[in-house]
Amino acid sequence: MKLRRRRTLTLLARFAGALTLTAFFLFPIYWLFMISFKTANEIYAYPPVWWPASLQFDNYRVLFKDGDAVAVWNSLVVASVSTVLAMFLGTLCAYSLARFRTGGAHLANWIISQRMVPPIAVVFPIFLLYVWFRAVDTYAGLILLYTAFNLPYVIWMMRGYILDIPIALEQAALVDGYNRWQVLFKVVFPMCRAGLFATAVFTFVFAWNDFLFALVLTRTEVVTYTVQVTHYFGGQSNFWGKISAMSMLGTLPIFIVVGFLQRYLVRGISLGAVKG
Amino acid sequence: MPAQAASTRPGARERRFKFALIAPSIFVLLLIGVFPLVYLLVVSFQGITMTSNDMSFQGLRNYALLFQDARLWQSLLHTLAFTAIALPIELLLGLLMAQLFIEHLPGRQIFVALLVLPVVLSPIVAGATWSLMFDNRFGPINQVISWIAGREITLLWTINPTLVYPAILVAEVWQWTPFMFLLLLAALSAVDKSQLEAAAIDGAGYWRTFRRIVLPAIWPVMAVAILIRTLDLFRLFDIVWVLTRGGPGTMTETLSIFTYVKGFQQFETSYTAAVALLIIVGLSVVLILALRRVELSR
Repeated sequence: MKLRRRRTLTLLARFAGALTLTAFFLFPIYWLFMISFKTANEIYAYPPVWWPASLQFDNYRVLFKDGDAVAVWNSLVVASVSTVLAMFLGTLCAYSLARFRTGGAHLANWIISQRMVPPIAVVFPIFLLYVWFRAVDTYAGLILLYTAFNLPYVIWMMRGYILDIPIALEQAALVDGYNRWQVLFKVVFPMCRAGLFATAVFTFVFAWNDFLFALVLTRTEVVTYTVQVTHYFGGQSNFWGKISAMSMLGTLPIFIVVGFLQRYLVRGISLGAVKG
Repeated sequence: MPAQAASTRPGARERRFKFALIAPSIFVLLLIGVFPLVYLLVVSFQGITMTSNDMSFQGLRNYALLFQDARLWQSLLHTLAFTAIALPIELLLGLLMAQLFIEHLPGRQIFVALLVLPVVLSPIVAGATWSLMFDNRFGPINQVISWIAGREITLLWTINPTLVYPAILVAEVWQWTPFMFLLLLAALSAVDKSQLEAAAIDGAGYWRTFRRIVLPAIWPVMAVAILIRTLDLFRLFDIVWVLTRGGPGTMTETLSIFTYVKGFQQFETSYTAAVALLIIVGLSVVLILALRRVELSR
């Protein structure tokens, strides 16, 4: 049948298009990662080598030997602690906004508008204050900033997830003699588990991937991996092996976690505008 | 709970509960969001620079300087240029990609999962990736161009004034087109199929159907996507920082980079405070106007 053949052809064309696109979007990532497994000779070969002769881990070994890999640990500490804090405070606030309409639309809008301000304008006065309070280059300073920066996101997202769960269950629990806090911890939180988890992951990723705050507020003690990556760019030459290996250490965990979160990805990055 | 035992009226108890829930968050937001803003305002009226710690009241001097600072307005222009070029490209490419994936395709989920990877990359890593790609000697882009041209071609992507904008835009578009794609794919999937069928029966062509049915249906999501990306582009820093540091000269300096240089490299503290306030106020005005049109919440 002619029609079926044409359909098969369009499908093939679309498939080919999809393959090409995917190749285009993945090739730079492949290139970045592949560099980390090359020897110095292969990295600085001209013309460039498209795949290493053998997988070797010297670039990573150097990072751990020099102690640079501690930057990944710093990222982990500030991102996780600030995520836990922002999730806890933010979800409580979100519940209040969702169920009691506390502060009405104005408060909700004010909170989300806090996230729209360009970070450079926020971080400048904070830096001045941190210098004063000696909070520059400390875990606490960075954690506080990331917590505050992520709070609007958490509140906004969790408000949406809480509005999604039926209020009848909470009312039933109240009738059964639970108090408000018990309802919150024994009914509401378990009900929006998935939302909590997805929001926490994105909150973590924002702090983990941030550069500007860490650039301004760290010196030597709590340098995060993104700042560390930029240290390998030199005036004359760049340490591609280190750049690549450090980027890989910072990126692979994110790829793995987000891979498991495909279902929540759209809602997470669209500020809840798209329900997954 | 003692807070509840203290009160017998349920209304008061509920009020206390709902305000207790928001109090910690509001405190943190006031501490890190509003208090620094007030401080910023104070500093912007002083005369603090690298060499002088002059805390006396200077009136509107720093604000007057804003208007004479060509470098500031140029950086705003660069930022707007990046936004005006990158945003439509991302939107259009994302929409085309979404069209490609909207119907059945073998391995669709795997494709989508792979295509979104650039979005979750740190912009710093994305910038590092593209400075590798664009490296004039060791990068694959010049190599491929040389193959096509049949002779050796060495383009200085991050140094040559005519090439820096394309280079940054490629990196930016590469990282964020998948964002548009993902949101628009979700929006397109939610378009009512029966309406499309009705339009097809009525003999409406592709464009007509798109304009009259598809576009109105995906517009709410599209508007949010545009809003998010505009705000991101307005604060553009990381990718440019890695690729060019705002150079050559100040050719690719964005508003964020300009502010960083003034505040953290030249230590023009009071002046930078005025710049930061200008950014915040300017953006707020634009946002208030824009948000009247876009309904972000349900």
